[in-house]
Amino acid sequence: MTHFTTPPYVLGQASVQRVMLQVLLALLPGIAAYVWLVGACIVLQLAIATLAALAGEALMLRLRGRPLRLFLSDGSAIVTAWLIALTFPPLAPWWLIVVGALFAIVVAKQLYGGLGQNPFNPAMIAFAVCIVSFPALMSQWPVLGLKLSLGEQIEIIAGLAQRIDVMSGATPLDSLKTALKLGEGAVDVPTLLATQDVFGNFAGRGWEWVSGGYLLGGLWLWRRKVINWHAPLGFLAGLSLLAGTLWGWNPQQFANPLFHLFSGGAMLGAFFIVTDPVSGCTTPRGKLIFGFCAGVLAYIIRVFGGYPDGVAFAVLLMNLCVPLIDMYTQPPIFGMKDAQ
Amino acid sequence: MPPELTGVLQKLFRFKGGVKPDTNKAPSVQDPIGQAPLPARLYVPLHQSIGGAPNPLVQPGEQVRKGQLIGSADRWVSSAVHAPTSGTVLAVEEHVAAHPSGLPTLSVVIEPDGRDEWIDRVPVDHRSLPPERVRELLRDAGVVGLGGAVFPSHAKLTAAKAVPVEHLVINGAECEPFMTCDDVLMRERAEEIVRGSAIFRDLLAARQVLIGIEDNKPEAVAAMREAVDRLGEDYEVVAVPTRYPAGGAKQLIRVLTGKEVPASKRSTELGVQCFNVATAYTAYRALAHGEPVISRIVTLTGNVEHPRNWEVRLGTPMHDLVALGGPKADTGSYLMGGPMMGFEIPDLAAPVVKATNCVIAGSPTLFPPSPPEMPCIRCGACAEVCPHELQPFELYWFARARNFGKTQEYYLFDCIECGCCSYVCPSHIPLVQYFRFAKSEIWAREREKQAAEAAKERFELRNAREEREQAEKAERLAKAAAARTSERKAAPMPADAVPVVADAAANPLAPSPEVAALASDAEAIKKATIVAAMERARAQREAVRPRNTERLSAEQEKEIAAIEARRRALQPDAERADAASTPPRTAE
Repeated sequence: MTHFTTPPYVLGQASVQRVMLQVLLALLPGIAAYVWLVGACIVLQLAIATLAALAGEALMLRLRGRPLRLFLSDGSAIVTAWLIALTFPPLAPWWLIVVGALFAIVVAKQLYGGLGQNPFNPAMIAFAVCIVSFPALMSQWPVLGLKLSLGEQIEIIAGLAQRIDVMSGATPLDSLKTALKLGEGAVDVPTLLATQDVFGNFAGRGWEWVSGGYLLGGLWLWRRKVINWHAPLGFLAGLSLLAGTLWGWNPQQFANPLFHLFSGGAMLGAFFIVTDPVSGCTTPRGKLIFGFCAGVLAYIIRVFGGYPDGVAFAVLLMNLCVPLIDMYTQPPIFGMKDAQ
Repeated sequence: MPPELTGVLQKLFRFKGGVKPDTNKAPSVQDPIGQAPLPARLYVPLHQSIGGAPNPLVQPGEQVRKGQLIGSADRWVSSAVHAPTSGTVLAVEEHVAAHPSGLPTLSVVIEPDGRDEWIDRVPVDHRSLPPERVRELLRDAGVVGLGGAVFPSHAKLTAAKAVPVEHLVINGAECEPFMTCDDVLMRERAEEIVRGSAIFRDLLAARQVLIGIEDNKPEAVAAMREAVDRLGEDYEVVAVPTRYPAGGAKQLIRVLTGKEVPASKRSTELGVQCFNVATAYTAYRALAHGEPVISRIVTLTGNVEHPRNWEVRLGTPMHDLVALGGPKADTGSYLMGGPMMGFEIPDLAAPVVKATNCVIAGSPTLFPPSPPEMPCIRCGACAEVCPHELQPFELYWFARARNFGKTQEYYLFDCIECGCCSYVCPSHIPLVQYFRFAKSEIWAREREKQAAEAAKERFELRNAREEREQAEKAERLAKAAAARTSERKAAPMPADAVPVVADAAANPLAPSPEVAALASDAEAIKKATIVAAMERARAQREAVRPRNTERLSAEQEKEIAAIEARRRALQPDAERADAASTPPRTAE
């Protein structure tokens, strides 16, 4: 009876590890669709990112004198690694993934104090740093229908083979933007979407299924109460609202909301990135505002900005606003609702 | 319980948050309430309720009877304590308390004589007495909140001015896991509970009585409904959804009436009051049978061979109680209260008290040690389950940073320490401990601040007095000197004489002859010196006055008295008279 204990003496099932494990599980449908679309190289990239992130985490934990086993097993570094692997081009050279993962873990996470302390989403920091530092490599997406064997993919990732021209494709979002710019008003969105091979039923060919996979995983996370609906709904609403307004105003020049929802990082962002508890808002109203503003910003950046997609920058900008939003959205407490 | 059994007319409200831990209630309700045997010794603590500490009324060697008053309430918010059986008082001494600290508390040690002889019990009808008298009777019968908070019940039985009591809530929710003492009491003694509730209703002039019971206790709901019908009362017995902490007074009030009582208000200000079922039961026994609170129902469960509810005499040592259940071999610790809000009993020599609603034998498998604490990931799970809709993680950060002002801005004192936040925290942060720490730090600072302010006030008063005395002295001296000079200079300088004479005329006591002036001058100086010396002596006495004397044990009191006596004998007569005139310190 000498050990010191504190109530409550019973605890629920929740643990950080369990939360992270569920997030990883929820990514699987999207990953499966991604593998079907571009090949098994995704799995390789996931593995590279995971190893790099864990190595960076272990190194920093050691330097900081923190328990290695406890923090390496919490799964948070793996979630960051997977998000990096899924947002970087699938045939990006291995070192680009490693640089991204290490920067995310070492700088964006551990230098700020490790788990729970980072003000910015580490995966989005990695994306932003790499797209600014290596814009060419970060924009090389495999041309649709490019059939490479796993061996060839590995060679490309490892840097043993020439990065051939057929790979330097663009994402559907980028294709649309480029086509509109080159056409200078002579082309219209509905024709482009209907005629160009890169577009599928309602968004990028194949990419719509990847986005669908993320949506499915996200809904499962919501059902499991790992995430709540506020931030994802806010994000999707913000994105659709702006997309819908501009599309309604000029459908010739602006793609419909469905296209935007299922293109680029929208679904991944809505369910796996703006829901990051550490760098996001904490109050229900705050989450809604955070998600909504991120959605609006993502649309503005992807449509009017110079980058193929805007989710990463939108989320980082909103990360900056978190303390302010949280402060002004504190909910009234029990018995004090009349007073507020 | 299906909804058709809940009151058809009764609209139920929801409180936000809450958790659903395994209830583990079934094992201890298999057998009816058992009568715990008389132990060899009873250790009855005098301080068993919120508020004042009753003074002992018995001496070692004295014979007491069952129900005899052994400690009387020392103020309004305080409650009496009684002998649980007849026997001999062996001592009035410090004994380990049923408290997480394991610190001792002044207790009456009684050796039972086995005859269990009652005092003369005087039943009364509360309706024939003025309400004030009924409250006094309840106080003197030791009726306190038996849900665990042990707040003196009589002090809760006054309606707020200008707000009539709309609802009287009788709390039979019993939401803590493992605990079944209220459940079995409602099953077996429903009629007494209903009659006891009538006492509370009459004192508060409550319009409606609502009895709230969690719907995992269908037998208790049925028994209470049956008793209400049999006695022809118009109470509503409501089965409320099982969700911890539905049995928290504020949560149950919310569920039954829709009213939310903030920490800053008393529930009567919103026209509602709440009592536990066991409290209603003891109130009825106290008035209708003249039996003060000398025992209570205690759930003994957990890692024991025979989980069961026992009617246990207050003062029964815990080891006597737990022996009745037959703890299993791997039992490592015992909890008092439920697993959500209870505490580990530091020493089984501690006695059962009015707050002991449940004793749970724990084992490493039943209550595994908490996993290591991780950093907060701001997931907000704690905020979702907080029944008071606080932001526990914000409070945690501020408490950790010792930013106590911020914790108060985020309503730290609305926290009821129910433990829901800790229960769901994926990082296994002992959040409640952080909040208790912050609260105790704030209280400590508040006390320090008050002490410092009092000291400052004393200091300023003293300075002001000294200044005044000096000024008075200077004035006297100046007057005397002026009188002397005027006497001397009266003839050569007649011009000056006018004001001096006027002055002298204005003060009839001013001496006119020179000799008298000199004498009075010397007198004044002497007097001033004496006053100053007395003042210094008083200040010194003040300075050496011992601190930490609020709660002294009987032994310490005795020791102090002996020291004082010795000192008086050594002091000169004048000082002795002075010392005698200061009132003796009491253990207040």
